[in-house]
Amino acid sequence: MENKNEKILLKVENASYYLNDKALIKEVSLEIKQGEIVTLIGPNGSGKSTTAKIALGIYKKIEGRVRRFTERIGYVPQKVSVDWTLPIRVIDFMSLTENLKNDQINVALNLTGVDHLKNKSLSNLSGGEFQRVLIARAIAKKPELLVLDEPVQGVDFKGEIALYELIKKISDKLNCGILLISHDLHVVMSATDFVICLNGHVCCSGKPHTVVKDEKYKELFGDRASNILSLYEHEHDHSHSADGSIDPKK
Amino acid sequence: MFDDFFIRALIAGIGISLVTGPLGCFVVWRRLSFFAGTLAHSALLGVTMALFFEINIAFSVFIISAVLAILLLQLQKKTKLPNDALLGLLAHASLAVGLVVIGFLTSIRFDVMGLLFGDILAVNQNDLLVIWLGGGLILIILKLIWKPLFASTVNYELSEAEGMKPDKFNAIFTILTAALIAISIKIVGLLLITGMLIIPAATARNVSNNPKQMVIFSVTFGLISVLVGLFTSLKVNSASGPSIITAALFLFILSLIKFKKKSELKQ
Repeated sequence: MENKNEKILLKVENASYYLNDKALIKEVSLEIKQGEIVTLIGPNGSGKSTTAKIALGIYKKIEGRVRRFTERIGYVPQKVSVDWTLPIRVIDFMSLTENLKNDQINVALNLTGVDHLKNKSLSNLSGGEFQRVLIARAIAKKPELLVLDEPVQGVDFKGEIALYELIKKISDKLNCGILLISHDLHVVMSATDFVICLNGHVCCSGKPHTVVKDEKYKELFGDRASNILSLYEHEHDHSHSADGSIDPKK
Repeated sequence: MFDDFFIRALIAGIGISLVTGPLGCFVVWRRLSFFAGTLAHSALLGVTMALFFEINIAFSVFIISAVLAILLLQLQKKTKLPNDALLGLLAHASLAVGLVVIGFLTSIRFDVMGLLFGDILAVNQNDLLVIWLGGGLILIILKLIWKPLFASTVNYELSEAEGMKPDKFNAIFTILTAALIAISIKIVGLLLITGMLIIPAATARNVSNNPKQMVIFSVTFGLISVLVGLFTSLKVNSASGPSIITAALFLFILSLIKFKKKSELKQ
Protein backbone atom coordinates (compact mmCIF):
# COMPACT_ATOMS: atom_id res chain seq x y z
CA MET A 1 0.00 0.00 0.00
CA GLU A 2 1.36 3.39 -0.93
CA ASN A 3 0.56 6.43 1.13
CA LYS A 4 2.18 9.10 -0.90
CA ASN A 5 -0.52 11.69 -0.44
CA GLU A 6 -1.01 11.12 3.24
CA LYS A 7 -0.21 13.68 5.88
CA ILE A 8 3.22 13.52 7.49
CA LEU A 9 2.87 13.03 11.26
CA LEU A 10 6.43 12.93 12.46
CA LYS A 11 9.74 13.96 11.03
CA VAL A 12 13.10 13.33 12.69
CA GLU A 13 16.06 14.88 10.89
CA ASN A 14 19.67 13.98 11.68
CA ALA A 15 18.99 13.52 15.37
CA SER A 16 21.90 12.68 17.67
CA TYR A 17 21.68 12.15 21.40
CA TYR A 18 24.58 12.10 23.83
CA LEU A 19 24.66 10.81 27.39
CA ASN A 20 27.87 11.55 29.33
CA ASP A 21 29.65 12.37 26.06
CA LYS A 22 28.75 9.02 24.58
CA ALA A 23 26.52 9.05 21.54
CA LEU A 24 23.50 6.82 22.03
CA ILE A 25 22.29 7.52 18.54
CA LYS A 26 23.91 9.42 15.72
CA GLU A 27 22.25 11.25 12.86
CA VAL A 28 19.07 9.26 12.75
CA SER A 29 16.37 10.42 10.38
CA LEU A 30 12.91 9.04 9.92
CA GLU A 31 9.46 10.03 8.80
CA ILE A 32 6.03 8.65 9.53
CA LYS A 33 2.93 9.29 7.48
CA GLN A 34 -0.72 8.57 8.16
CA GLY A 35 -1.63 4.92 7.85
CA GLU A 36 1.99 3.83 7.73
CA ILE A 37 3.80 1.38 10.00
CA VAL A 38 7.48 2.14 10.43
CA THR A 39 9.51 -0.36 12.39
CA LEU A 40 12.81 0.06 14.18
CA ILE A 41 14.91 -3.06 14.50
CA GLY A 42 18.40 -3.58 15.84
CA PRO A 43 20.37 -5.40 18.52
CA ASN A 44 20.17 -4.51 22.24
CA GLY A 45 21.59 -1.10 22.96
CA SER A 46 21.32 0.01 19.36
CA GLY A 47 19.23 3.05 20.27
CA LYS A 48 15.74 1.94 19.35
CA SER A 49 14.01 3.16 22.50
CA THR A 50 16.19 6.26 22.52
CA THR A 51 15.06 7.07 18.99
CA ALA A 52 11.43 6.64 20.02
CA LYS A 53 11.92 8.92 23.04
CA ILE A 54 13.55 11.57 20.89
CA ALA A 55 10.70 11.34 18.42
CA LEU A 56 8.23 11.83 21.30
CA GLY A 57 10.10 14.77 22.81
CA ILE A 58 10.96 12.96 26.04
CA TYR A 59 14.64 13.59 25.39
CA LYS A 60 14.97 17.23 24.51
CA LYS A 61 18.69 17.98 24.53
CA ILE A 62 19.44 16.64 21.10
CA GLU A 63 21.26 17.66 18.00
CA GLY A 64 19.16 17.71 14.89
CA ARG A 65 15.49 18.44 14.53
CA VAL A 66 12.27 16.74 15.52
CA ARG A 67 8.90 17.89 14.32
CA ARG A 68 5.56 16.43 15.32
CA PHE A 69 2.53 17.45 13.31
CA THR A 70 -0.07 16.03 15.65
CA GLU A 71 -0.84 16.24 19.33
CA ARG A 72 -2.90 13.09 19.39
CA ILE A 73 -0.19 10.66 20.42
CA GLY A 74 -0.48 7.27 22.07
CA TYR A 75 2.64 5.79 23.63
CA VAL A 76 3.36 2.31 24.92
CA PRO A 77 6.70 2.60 26.75
CA GLN A 78 9.06 -0.31 27.03
CA LYS A 79 8.88 -0.28 30.78
CA VAL A 80 6.20 1.04 33.11
CA SER A 81 6.31 0.30 36.79
CA VAL A 82 3.62 1.56 39.08
CA ASP A 83 4.59 1.86 42.70
CA TRP A 84 2.53 0.00 45.31
CA THR A 85 1.93 3.24 47.21
CA LEU A 86 -0.21 4.44 44.32
CA PRO A 87 -3.50 2.53 44.31
CA ILE A 88 -4.70 2.58 40.74
CA ARG A 89 -7.10 0.34 38.86
CA VAL A 90 -7.08 -0.44 35.16
CA ILE A 91 -10.08 1.85 34.68
CA ASP A 92 -8.26 4.79 36.35
CA PHE A 93 -5.18 4.14 34.25
CA MET A 94 -7.16 4.08 30.99
CA SER A 95 -8.08 7.76 31.19
CA LEU A 96 -4.68 8.87 32.43
CA THR A 97 -4.04 11.47 29.74
CA GLU A 98 -7.48 11.80 28.20
CA ASN A 99 -11.02 11.92 29.51
CA LEU A 100 -12.69 8.82 28.12
CA LYS A 101 -16.27 7.66 28.27
CA ASN A 102 -16.99 4.35 29.86
CA ASP A 103 -17.84 2.61 26.60
CA GLN A 104 -14.68 3.90 24.93
CA ILE A 105 -12.73 2.23 27.71
CA ASN A 106 -14.74 -0.96 27.33
CA VAL A 107 -14.20 -1.13 23.59
CA ALA A 108 -10.46 -0.65 23.87
CA LEU A 109 -10.06 -3.21 26.65
CA ASN A 110 -12.22 -5.60 24.70
CA LEU A 111 -10.02 -5.24 21.61
CA THR A 112 -6.92 -6.31 23.55
CA GLY A 113 -8.86 -9.02 25.38
CA VAL A 114 -8.66 -7.69 28.92
CA ASP A 115 -12.09 -6.17 29.57
CA HIS A 116 -12.52 -8.51 32.55
CA LEU A 117 -9.61 -6.77 34.31
CA LYS A 118 -11.24 -3.33 34.31
CA ASN A 119 -11.61 -3.02 38.08
CA LYS A 120 -8.40 -4.79 39.02
CA SER A 121 -5.41 -3.04 40.53
CA LEU A 122 -2.56 -2.44 38.11
CA SER A 123 -0.12 -3.92 40.58
CA ASN A 124 -1.97 -7.25 40.52
CA LEU A 125 -1.67 -7.77 36.76
CA SER A 126 0.72 -10.21 35.15
CA GLY A 127 3.30 -8.95 32.66
CA GLY A 128 1.27 -9.96 29.65
CA GLU A 129 -1.98 -8.56 31.04
CA PHE A 130 -0.24 -5.28 31.79
CA GLN A 131 1.04 -5.02 28.21
CA ARG A 132 -2.48 -5.55 26.91
CA VAL A 133 -3.74 -2.79 29.18
CA LEU A 134 -0.95 -0.49 28.00
CA ILE A 135 -1.89 -1.09 24.37
CA ALA A 136 -5.58 -0.61 25.15
CA ARG A 137 -4.85 2.70 26.86
CA ALA A 138 -2.79 3.96 23.94
CA ILE A 139 -5.45 3.14 21.33
CA ALA A 140 -8.49 4.15 23.39
CA LYS A 141 -7.82 7.83 22.79
CA LYS A 142 -7.85 7.27 19.03
CA PRO A 143 -4.40 8.67 18.39
CA GLU A 144 -3.06 9.90 15.09
CA LEU A 145 0.39 8.66 15.97
CA LEU A 146 1.10 5.50 17.94
CA VAL A 147 4.53 4.73 19.32
CA LEU A 148 4.86 1.15 20.44
CA ASP A 149 8.08 0.12 22.19
CA GLU A 150 8.08 -3.68 22.20
CA PRO A 151 4.36 -3.77 22.86
CA VAL A 152 3.92 -7.52 23.17
CA GLN A 153 6.73 -8.41 25.54
CA GLY A 154 5.60 -11.07 27.98
CA VAL A 155 2.45 -11.83 26.03
CA ASP A 156 1.78 -15.49 25.25
CA PHE A 157 2.46 -16.74 21.73
CA LYS A 158 -1.14 -16.87 20.63
CA GLY A 159 -1.85 -13.43 22.05
CA GLU A 160 1.24 -12.04 20.39
CA ILE A 161 0.00 -12.85 16.91
CA ALA A 162 -3.48 -11.55 17.74
CA LEU A 163 -2.09 -8.29 19.10
CA TYR A 164 0.08 -7.68 16.05
CA GLU A 165 -2.96 -8.32 13.87
CA LEU A 166 -4.83 -5.82 16.04
CA ILE A 167 -2.09 -3.23 15.60
CA LYS A 168 -2.25 -3.66 11.85
CA LYS A 169 -6.04 -3.38 11.98
CA ILE A 170 -5.85 -0.22 14.07
CA SER A 171 -3.46 1.42 11.67
CA ASP A 172 -5.93 0.76 8.86
CA LYS A 173 -9.06 1.66 10.79
CA LEU A 174 -7.85 4.83 12.52
CA ASN A 175 -5.54 5.64 9.62
CA CYS A 176 -2.88 6.49 12.19
CA GLY A 177 0.86 6.30 11.77
CA ILE A 178 2.71 3.76 13.88
CA LEU A 179 6.30 3.71 15.04
CA LEU A 180 6.94 0.16 16.16
CA ILE A 181 9.94 -1.26 17.96
CA SER A 182 10.11 -4.99 17.78
CA HIS A 183 12.52 -7.86 18.12
CA ASP A 184 10.23 -10.14 16.24
CA LEU A 185 11.68 -10.08 12.75
CA HIS A 186 8.87 -12.26 11.41
CA VAL A 187 6.26 -9.72 12.36
CA VAL A 188 8.36 -6.81 11.24
CA MET A 189 8.86 -8.20 7.81
CA SER A 190 5.27 -9.21 7.21
CA ALA A 191 3.32 -6.31 8.67
CA THR A 192 5.50 -3.28 8.15
CA ASP A 193 5.62 -0.66 5.43
CA PHE A 194 9.10 0.59 6.17
CA VAL A 195 11.96 -0.85 8.19
CA ILE A 196 14.80 1.05 9.79
CA CYS A 197 17.70 -1.02 10.94
CA LEU A 198 19.54 0.74 13.77
CA ASN A 199 22.92 0.21 15.31
CA GLY A 200 23.61 3.59 16.89
CA HIS A 201 23.08 5.01 13.43
CA VAL A 202 20.80 4.00 10.59
CA CYS A 203 22.46 0.91 9.15
CA CYS A 204 20.03 0.45 6.36
CA SER A 205 16.41 1.21 5.73
CA GLY A 206 13.72 0.62 3.19
CA LYS A 207 10.87 -1.70 2.40
CA PRO A 208 11.12 -5.07 4.18
CA HIS A 209 12.11 -7.05 1.12
CA THR A 210 14.94 -4.67 0.26
CA VAL A 211 16.25 -4.48 3.80
CA VAL A 212 16.61 -8.23 4.25
CA LYS A 213 18.94 -8.37 1.28
CA ASP A 214 21.14 -5.60 2.57
CA GLU A 215 24.64 -6.78 3.50
CA LYS A 216 24.56 -4.68 6.66
CA TYR A 217 21.32 -6.30 7.77
CA LYS A 218 22.88 -9.73 7.29
CA GLU A 219 25.93 -8.63 9.25
CA LEU A 220 23.75 -7.47 12.13
CA PHE A 221 21.28 -10.29 12.34
CA GLY A 222 23.09 -13.16 10.63
CA ASP A 223 22.38 -14.94 7.37
CA ARG A 224 19.40 -16.83 8.69
CA ALA A 225 17.52 -13.61 9.31
CA SER A 226 17.43 -13.06 5.58
CA ASN A 227 15.34 -16.13 5.10
CA ILE A 228 12.57 -14.76 7.19
CA LEU A 229 10.77 -13.32 4.22
CA SER A 230 10.76 -16.61 2.41
CA LEU A 231 8.95 -18.14 5.35
CA TYR A 232 6.47 -15.47 6.20
CA GLU A 233 5.82 -13.18 3.32
CA HIS A 234 4.17 -15.56 0.94
CA GLU A 235 1.83 -13.09 -0.66
CA HIS A 236 4.57 -10.82 -1.82
CA ASP A 237 5.92 -10.66 -5.28
CA HIS A 238 9.08 -12.67 -5.05
CA SER A 239 10.23 -16.14 -5.78
CA HIS A 240 12.77 -18.34 -4.11
CA SER A 241 15.94 -19.56 -5.70
CA ALA A 242 17.31 -23.00 -5.08
CA ASP A 243 19.38 -22.05 -2.04
CA GLY A 244 16.43 -20.39 -0.36
CA SER A 245 17.49 -16.80 -1.03
CA ILE A 246 14.98 -14.40 -2.46
CA ASP A 247 14.53 -13.26 -6.01
CA PRO A 248 12.04 -10.44 -6.17
CA LYS A 249 10.12 -10.26 -9.43
CA LYS A 250 9.94 -6.88 -10.88
CA MET B 1 -18.06 26.16 76.25
CA PHE B 2 -14.55 26.46 74.84
CA ASP B 3 -12.17 29.33 75.01
CA ASP B 4 -11.77 31.45 71.91
CA PHE B 5 -8.21 30.34 71.38
CA PHE B 6 -9.31 26.71 71.21
CA ILE B 7 -12.06 27.44 68.69
CA ARG B 8 -9.50 29.26 66.57
CA ALA B 9 -7.11 26.31 66.83
CA LEU B 10 -9.91 23.94 65.75
CA ILE B 11 -10.84 26.04 62.74
CA ALA B 12 -7.19 26.33 61.77
CA GLY B 13 -6.55 22.61 62.24
CA ILE B 14 -9.59 21.62 60.17
CA GLY B 15 -8.50 23.96 57.40
CA ILE B 16 -5.01 22.49 57.36
CA SER B 17 -6.14 18.87 57.33
CA LEU B 18 -8.34 19.55 54.29
CA VAL B 19 -5.20 20.55 52.39
CA THR B 20 -2.67 18.06 53.79
CA GLY B 21 -4.99 15.18 52.79
CA PRO B 22 -4.72 15.44 49.00
CA LEU B 23 -1.26 17.02 48.99
CA GLY B 24 0.02 14.29 51.30
CA CYS B 25 -1.18 11.61 48.87
CA PHE B 26 0.96 13.14 46.15
CA VAL B 27 3.92 13.43 48.52
CA VAL B 28 3.64 9.70 49.28
CA TRP B 29 3.01 8.69 45.65
CA ARG B 30 5.93 10.74 44.36
CA ARG B 31 8.27 9.67 47.19
CA LEU B 32 8.79 13.23 48.30
CA SER B 33 8.55 12.77 52.08
CA PHE B 34 12.14 13.75 52.67
CA PHE B 35 11.76 16.69 50.32
CA ALA B 36 8.74 17.97 52.23
CA GLY B 37 10.73 17.51 55.44
CA THR B 38 13.55 19.61 54.06
CA LEU B 39 11.18 22.42 53.13
CA ALA B 40 9.71 22.27 56.62
CA HIS B 41 13.13 22.50 58.27
CA SER B 42 13.88 25.62 56.29
CA ALA B 43 10.72 27.17 57.70
CA LEU B 44 12.61 28.11 60.88
CA LEU B 45 14.86 30.35 58.84
CA GLY B 46 11.71 31.79 57.27
CA VAL B 47 10.25 32.58 60.67
CA THR B 48 13.39 34.31 61.89
CA MET B 49 13.48 36.35 58.70
CA ALA B 50 9.88 37.34 59.32
CA LEU B 51 10.69 38.49 62.86
CA PHE B 52 13.81 40.28 61.73
CA PHE B 53 12.18 42.21 58.90
CA GLU B 54 8.81 42.38 60.63
CA ILE B 55 6.84 40.79 57.80
CA ASN B 56 4.12 38.13 57.78
CA ILE B 57 5.45 34.77 58.97
CA ALA B 58 3.56 32.62 56.43
CA PHE B 59 4.75 34.84 53.58
CA SER B 60 8.36 34.76 54.70
CA VAL B 61 8.33 30.97 55.21
CA PHE B 62 6.84 30.49 51.77
CA ILE B 63 9.57 32.60 50.16
CA ILE B 64 12.38 30.74 51.96
CA SER B 65 10.89 27.32 51.07
CA ALA B 66 10.53 28.32 47.44
CA VAL B 67 14.13 29.59 47.32
CA LEU B 68 15.27 26.32 48.88
CA ALA B 69 13.38 24.30 46.28
CA ILE B 70 15.06 26.24 43.47
CA LEU B 71 18.44 25.84 45.18
CA LEU B 72 17.88 22.10 45.33
CA LEU B 73 17.15 21.92 41.61
CA GLN B 74 20.36 23.83 40.87
CA LEU B 75 22.43 21.59 43.16
CA GLN B 76 20.95 18.50 41.51
CA LYS B 77 22.18 19.76 38.17
CA LYS B 78 25.61 20.96 39.28
CA THR B 79 26.84 18.28 41.69
CA LYS B 80 26.87 14.53 41.56
CA LEU B 81 25.77 14.06 45.17
CA PRO B 82 22.74 11.79 45.53
CA ASN B 83 19.39 13.36 46.21
CA ASP B 84 19.06 12.27 49.83
CA ALA B 85 22.47 13.75 50.71
CA LEU B 86 21.51 17.07 49.11
CA LEU B 87 18.19 17.11 50.95
CA GLY B 88 19.87 16.33 54.25
CA LEU B 89 22.43 19.02 53.62
CA LEU B 90 19.82 21.67 52.90
CA ALA B 91 17.46 20.60 55.68
CA HIS B 92 19.97 20.71 58.49
CA ALA B 93 21.97 23.64 57.16
CA SER B 94 18.85 25.80 56.99
CA LEU B 95 17.68 24.62 60.40
CA ALA B 96 21.08 25.41 61.91
CA VAL B 97 21.30 28.84 60.30
CA GLY B 98 17.77 29.56 61.50
CA LEU B 99 18.67 28.63 65.09
CA VAL B 100 21.86 30.70 64.99
CA VAL B 101 19.98 33.72 63.72
CA ILE B 102 17.34 33.30 66.45
CA GLY B 103 20.14 33.60 69.00
CA PHE B 104 20.89 37.09 67.73
CA LEU B 105 17.29 38.25 68.04
CA THR B 106 17.62 38.84 71.80
CA SER B 107 15.28 41.77 71.78
CA ILE B 108 12.31 39.63 70.77
CA ARG B 109 10.73 37.20 73.20
CA PHE B 110 10.37 34.09 71.20
CA ASP B 111 8.93 30.62 71.78
CA VAL B 112 11.14 28.21 69.83
CA MET B 113 9.32 25.17 71.17
CA GLY B 114 6.02 26.47 69.88
CA LEU B 115 7.57 26.94 66.50
CA LEU B 116 9.01 23.44 66.39
CA PHE B 117 6.01 21.58 67.74
CA GLY B 118 3.01 23.82 67.23
CA ASP B 119 1.12 25.92 69.74
CA ILE B 120 -2.65 26.23 69.82
CA LEU B 121 -2.41 29.38 71.90
CA ALA B 122 -0.56 31.11 69.09
CA VAL B 123 -3.30 31.13 66.45
CA ASN B 124 -4.88 34.54 65.91
CA GLN B 125 -7.64 35.73 63.58
CA ASN B 126 -5.13 36.81 61.00
CA ASP B 127 -3.69 33.28 60.90
CA LEU B 128 -7.15 31.83 60.30
CA LEU B 129 -7.56 34.09 57.32
CA VAL B 130 -4.18 33.03 55.92
CA ILE B 131 -4.94 29.34 56.48
CA TRP B 132 -8.40 29.33 54.91
CA LEU B 133 -7.64 31.68 52.02
CA GLY B 134 -4.24 30.15 51.35
CA GLY B 135 -5.52 26.62 51.84
CA GLY B 136 -8.50 27.26 49.58
CA LEU B 137 -6.21 28.59 46.89
CA ILE B 138 -3.91 25.58 47.18
CA LEU B 139 -6.87 23.21 46.83
CA ILE B 140 -8.28 25.03 43.82
CA ILE B 141 -4.93 24.95 42.03
CA LEU B 142 -4.45 21.29 42.91
CA LYS B 143 -7.87 20.49 41.52
CA LEU B 144 -7.04 22.35 38.29
CA ILE B 145 -3.72 20.58 37.74
CA TRP B 146 -4.92 17.22 39.03
CA LYS B 147 -4.96 15.36 35.73
CA PRO B 148 -1.51 16.28 34.36
CA LEU B 149 0.05 16.06 37.82
CA PHE B 150 -1.43 12.63 38.39
CA ALA B 151 -0.37 11.45 34.93
CA SER B 152 3.21 12.52 35.55
CA THR B 153 3.11 10.86 38.96
CA VAL B 154 2.11 7.55 37.40
CA ASN B 155 4.66 7.77 34.60
CA TYR B 156 6.77 10.76 33.66
CA GLU B 157 7.69 9.62 30.15
CA LEU B 158 4.19 8.65 29.22
CA SER B 159 2.80 12.01 30.28
CA GLU B 160 5.62 13.87 28.53
CA ALA B 161 5.08 11.88 25.32
CA GLU B 162 1.35 12.50 25.32
CA GLY B 163 1.69 16.23 25.83
CA MET B 164 0.89 16.63 29.53
CA LYS B 165 3.91 18.89 30.26
CA PRO B 166 5.03 17.15 33.47
CA ASP B 167 7.92 19.52 34.30
CA LYS B 168 5.62 22.49 34.55
CA PHE B 169 3.14 20.76 36.84
CA ASN B 170 5.85 19.22 39.00
CA ALA B 171 7.16 22.74 39.62
CA ILE B 172 3.69 24.00 40.53
CA PHE B 173 3.31 21.09 42.93
CA THR B 174 6.57 22.03 44.66
CA ILE B 175 5.30 25.56 45.15
CA LEU B 176 2.01 24.26 46.57
CA THR B 177 3.93 22.13 49.08
CA ALA B 178 5.98 25.14 50.16
CA ALA B 179 2.79 27.16 50.56
CA LEU B 180 1.14 24.48 52.68
CA ILE B 181 4.12 24.34 55.02
CA ALA B 182 4.00 28.09 55.34
CA ILE B 183 0.39 28.13 56.49
CA SER B 184 0.58 25.17 58.83
CA ILE B 185 3.63 25.69 61.06
CA LYS B 186 1.74 27.48 63.80
CA ILE B 187 -0.54 24.53 64.47
CA VAL B 188 1.57 21.50 63.66
CA GLY B 189 5.06 22.89 64.10
CA LEU B 190 7.82 22.66 61.58
CA LEU B 191 9.33 19.40 62.84
CA LEU B 192 6.04 17.56 62.50
CA ILE B 193 4.35 18.94 59.41
CA THR B 194 5.86 16.14 57.30
CA GLY B 195 4.12 13.67 59.61
CA MET B 196 0.81 15.43 58.98
CA LEU B 197 1.39 15.05 55.24
CA ILE B 198 2.51 11.44 55.25
CA ILE B 199 0.80 9.54 58.07
CA PRO B 200 -2.87 10.12 57.08
CA ALA B 201 -1.99 9.39 53.44
CA ALA B 202 -0.13 6.21 54.38
CA THR B 203 -3.09 5.16 56.54
CA ALA B 204 -5.43 5.83 53.63
CA ARG B 205 -3.34 3.64 51.34
CA ASN B 206 -3.95 0.67 53.57
CA VAL B 207 -7.70 0.89 53.13
CA SER B 208 -8.22 2.12 49.57
CA ASN B 209 -7.91 0.71 46.07
CA ASN B 210 -8.09 3.77 43.85
CA PRO B 211 -6.58 7.26 43.90
CA LYS B 212 -9.76 9.26 44.62
CA GLN B 213 -10.69 6.97 47.48
CA MET B 214 -7.21 7.36 48.94
CA VAL B 215 -7.53 11.15 48.86
CA ILE B 216 -10.92 11.06 50.58
CA PHE B 217 -9.66 8.70 53.31
CA SER B 218 -6.52 10.77 53.70
CA VAL B 219 -8.57 13.92 54.36
CA THR B 220 -10.84 12.01 56.75
CA PHE B 221 -7.96 10.58 58.77
CA GLY B 222 -6.27 13.99 58.83
CA LEU B 223 -9.45 15.57 60.21
CA ILE B 224 -9.86 12.93 62.89
CA SER B 225 -6.21 13.30 63.89
CA VAL B 226 -6.53 17.06 64.19
CA LEU B 227 -9.71 16.87 66.27
CA VAL B 228 -8.46 14.14 68.60
CA GLY B 229 -5.04 15.75 68.83
CA LEU B 230 -6.32 19.22 69.67
CA PHE B 231 -8.74 18.00 72.34
CA THR B 232 -5.94 15.94 73.89
CA SER B 233 -3.68 18.95 73.74
CA LEU B 234 -6.28 20.96 75.62
CA LYS B 235 -6.96 18.27 78.22
CA VAL B 236 -3.42 17.21 79.10
CA ASN B 237 -1.74 20.45 78.14
CA SER B 238 0.55 18.83 75.58
CA ALA B 239 1.95 20.61 72.52
CA SER B 240 -0.59 20.50 69.67
CA GLY B 241 1.72 19.14 66.95
CA PRO B 242 2.86 16.00 68.78
CA SER B 243 -0.72 15.32 69.95
CA ILE B 244 -2.07 15.48 66.39
CA ILE B 245 0.68 13.26 65.02
CA THR B 246 0.22 10.73 67.83
CA ALA B 247 -3.50 10.54 67.01
CA ALA B 248 -2.58 9.99 63.35
CA LEU B 249 -0.22 7.22 64.40
CA PHE B 250 -3.03 5.41 66.25
CA LEU B 251 -5.19 5.53 63.13
CA PHE B 252 -2.31 4.12 61.12
CA ILE B 253 -1.92 1.20 63.53
CA LEU B 254 -5.67 0.51 63.32
CA SER B 255 -5.49 0.54 59.51
CA LEU B 256 -2.69 -2.05 59.65
CA ILE B 257 -5.03 -4.46 61.42
CA LYS B 258 -7.73 -3.95 58.82
CA PHE B 259 -5.16 -4.17 56.05
CA LYS B 260 -3.86 -7.46 57.39
CA LYS B 261 -7.35 -8.92 57.50
CA LYS B 262 -7.99 -7.82 53.95
CA SER B 263 -4.87 -9.43 52.57
CA GLU B 264 -5.61 -12.64 54.47
CA LEU B 265 -9.03 -12.72 52.88
CA LYS B 266 -7.52 -12.43 49.45
CA GLN B 267 -5.36 -15.47 50.00
